Amino acid sequence: MSSTAAVAIHGAHGEHHELSFWRTYIFSEDHKMIGRQFLFVALFMMSIGGLMAMLMRLDLAWPDTQFSFLSILPQSLQNDSAITANTYNAEFTMHATIMIFFVVMPILVGCFGNFLIPLMIGARDMAFPKLNMLSFWVSAAAGVIMMASFWVLGGPAAAGWTSYAPMSAVALYTGVDWGQNLWCISLIVLGVGSLMGSINYITTIINMRAKGMYFFRMPLVIWSLFITAILLLLALPVLTTALALLLFDRLGGTHFFLPAGGGEPLLWQHLFWFFGHPEVYIMILPGMGIASELIATFSRKPIFGYRAMAYAMISIAFLSWIVWGHHMFQSGMDPALGTGFMLTTMVIGVPSAIKTFNWLGTLYKGDIHYTAAMLNGLSFVAMFVIGGLSGIFMASTPVDMYIHDTYFIVAHIHYVLFGGSLFAVFGGITYWFPKMFGRMMNEKLGKIHFWITFVAFNCTFFPMHILGMGGHMRRIYNPQQYDFLKPLEPINMFISISAFVLGAAQFLLLANMIWSYFKGEKATENPWHANTLEWSAPSPPGHGNWPGAIPVVYRGPYEYSSPESAEDYLPQWQPPEHATAAAD
Amino acid sequence: MLEHMYFPHDISTFGPQVDWLFLLIFWIVVITWAAVMIAMVVFMFKYRHRPGRKAEYIEGNTRLEIVWTTVTAVIMIALAFMSRSTWAEIKEHGPPGQVFYKVAAKQFNWEITYPGPNGKFDSKALTVENEMHVPVNQVVRIDLTSKDVIHSFFVPNMRLKQDAVPGRTIHVWFEAKEPGQYAIPCAELCGFGHSGMQGTLTVESEADFQKWLKDQYANQ
Repeated sequence: MSSTAAVAIHGAHGEHHELSFWRTYIFSEDHKMIGRQFLFVALFMMSIGGLMAMLMRLDLAWPDTQFSFLSILPQSLQNDSAITANTYNAEFTMHATIMIFFVVMPILVGCFGNFLIPLMIGARDMAFPKLNMLSFWVSAAAGVIMMASFWVLGGPAAAGWTSYAPMSAVALYTGVDWGQNLWCISLIVLGVGSLMGSINYITTIINMRAKGMYFFRMPLVIWSLFITAILLLLALPVLTTALALLLFDRLGGTHFFLPAGGGEPLLWQHLFWFFGHPEVYIMILPGMGIASELIATFSRKPIFGYRAMAYAMISIAFLSWIVWGHHMFQSGMDPALGTGFMLTTMVIGVPSAIKTFNWLGTLYKGDIHYTAAMLNGLSFVAMFVIGGLSGIFMASTPVDMYIHDTYFIVAHIHYVLFGGSLFAVFGGITYWFPKMFGRMMNEKLGKIHFWITFVAFNCTFFPMHILGMGGHMRRIYNPQQYDFLKPLEPINMFISISAFVLGAAQFLLLANMIWSYFKGEKATENPWHANTLEWSAPSPPGHGNWPGAIPVVYRGPYEYSSPESAEDYLPQWQPPEHATAAAD
Repeated sequence: MLEHMYFPHDISTFGPQVDWLFLLIFWIVVITWAAVMIAMVVFMFKYRHRPGRKAEYIEGNTRLEIVWTTVTAVIMIALAFMSRSTWAEIKEHGPPGQVFYKVAAKQFNWEITYPGPNGKFDSKALTVENEMHVPVNQVVRIDLTSKDVIHSFFVPNMRLKQDAVPGRTIHVWFEAKEPGQYAIPCAELCGFGHSGMQGTLTVESEADFQKWLKDQYANQ
């Protein structure tokens, strides 16, 4: 579809007419409002997921200890003011479930995907605005169902976010009845919402790019969201299927995963990780895209190896389908299969390394501006390097035999998912806040938040590698039950204290967002002197995004410090000086 | 070999190979990390913004892309091949067994079955909870299964881990080199009693082992 058709469709919206409060803020079909809605809900969910983490660390520092302030929590999270084996299992299960499905995915895909795709490719809205609205509200319903499970008899799901069958398939094994059912139902509903979103993103990116916005002129964050949407479209139905089978086992008397009836427990793991590994990349690819925008913009340099960056993400997407077995090396799966999965897993490290080297290349001979957004972007690279390198240990099957199911894995996943994805989220929020809300975020507060988070994050998660090397299993509520773990107790205490600082520091981000929303400096159209299309729209953009015609794209997204321009940036929408050189 | 790095003391025959691979990857990782961080910090300092300076317009370098792609790929694939033989020895074949047990995991104990005095798993076989006694320097072979949910048989001192799956029997082997008492925690979340689920592995001389076994048969 050409951009003129898009103008024709949306032209009517361009004329300013007032929508009711409900249509503007609640049941909005505007991609920008839906993006903001995803952001607000995800930040709320982050506080719940964070609370779960704080409870876990409280318990690991002082197991089986009563704290009177815990009595304000629902019965499912504390037992007589103490965290016990049952409630601890519920806490880490809900921590991971909430952080993965209701925080990282909604922010990266729901918020940034919605807000950025039309603005950065030069479209007035998504291809299917009503479907977009439905996607948000279906996801919100999934969140309500998940939250409800805190108050049902038996408490919320407690079988881990991986919910391995047969433990998750029989209520007797965990003592959790409706909590686990609601967990399945919530994620099935969420999957429907995500599918609607991903179909929308794919259609919009393929059909609604502005004139001159060729695929290889798209910003890398759009590439990353495009690839992520395709992964979501193909991976989520697998999870939905697995969850439906699990629910049948629980409620319908089937035996898909129950060996007593001829079922196969490993089937669950194959289905779950066939979804689960692409899922891992769903959560990191948009972070890579955001980091690329931040690093190019604030180094005032073209991204090093733009095409290599895009191809690396495409190869990660392909390889992500054939590495799932590395989660199952010790599961009883044929060990010969393990060897094959080890090889593919080692190979998927290559595109990740390519990306890292290209980010370094972008910094080389740059003109680096240390804004709060850039600090978070650089931190993404540094932490992703640690998370990526620690993955090599578990890719090697014999080494994995020792560190599997220990804190080494916990350290690895948090370096990728917090050190990677969440630092990209912090950077992305700071960078696009002016476009989202029309005001700049406070730089000083942003930097204070960054430094405390950076230090506390490393103090929290780096020592977990050492715990893992000491053989410390994950998912145990009281390490003091084991003699061989007693020498590691001071490390657990140190981690817990660091985690409390890390948790508390996030209030600075929240305070900065709220303060800046009301009192921040008013943002100009292009406060960072960036090149991509969203910065040609007003801050914040109105309905239809551009008051006049949709801009035409003349060049790639990273023409910083180009010899063709006296400035150190050359926006995609700026016509060339010699009109004959204009893109066709 | 790795005890100065918090690793539990290794007592298995294949442990040194696992530790060697860990150490190999450790040094590759540390050197790569240091190189990347030094480059990053140097660039961050050297190319920080100063008024009047413009960044250099560099779009990329195909030769560099080819070099770092090839080098990374070679290292990664080499690591996979170096890990392969150790893995095959531990999980695929291994030496013929000298002592045979059956272990069934259940919420929240290890049920260890020793063959009867005639060496057969018949009605005289002996089942003990959580106490595994093995003779030193002998190859122990275990048929591992589970009676309810998935558990994981983990002996940190031997670097050994294997999930126990209901409906399946998985063969595990090890050879302990040093007498002593070691923990067998469950490493896979198995329910509300997961934390604290552990057995004890007692490695002792052949004579002590036979004596213990005899006492157990007598008490049965």
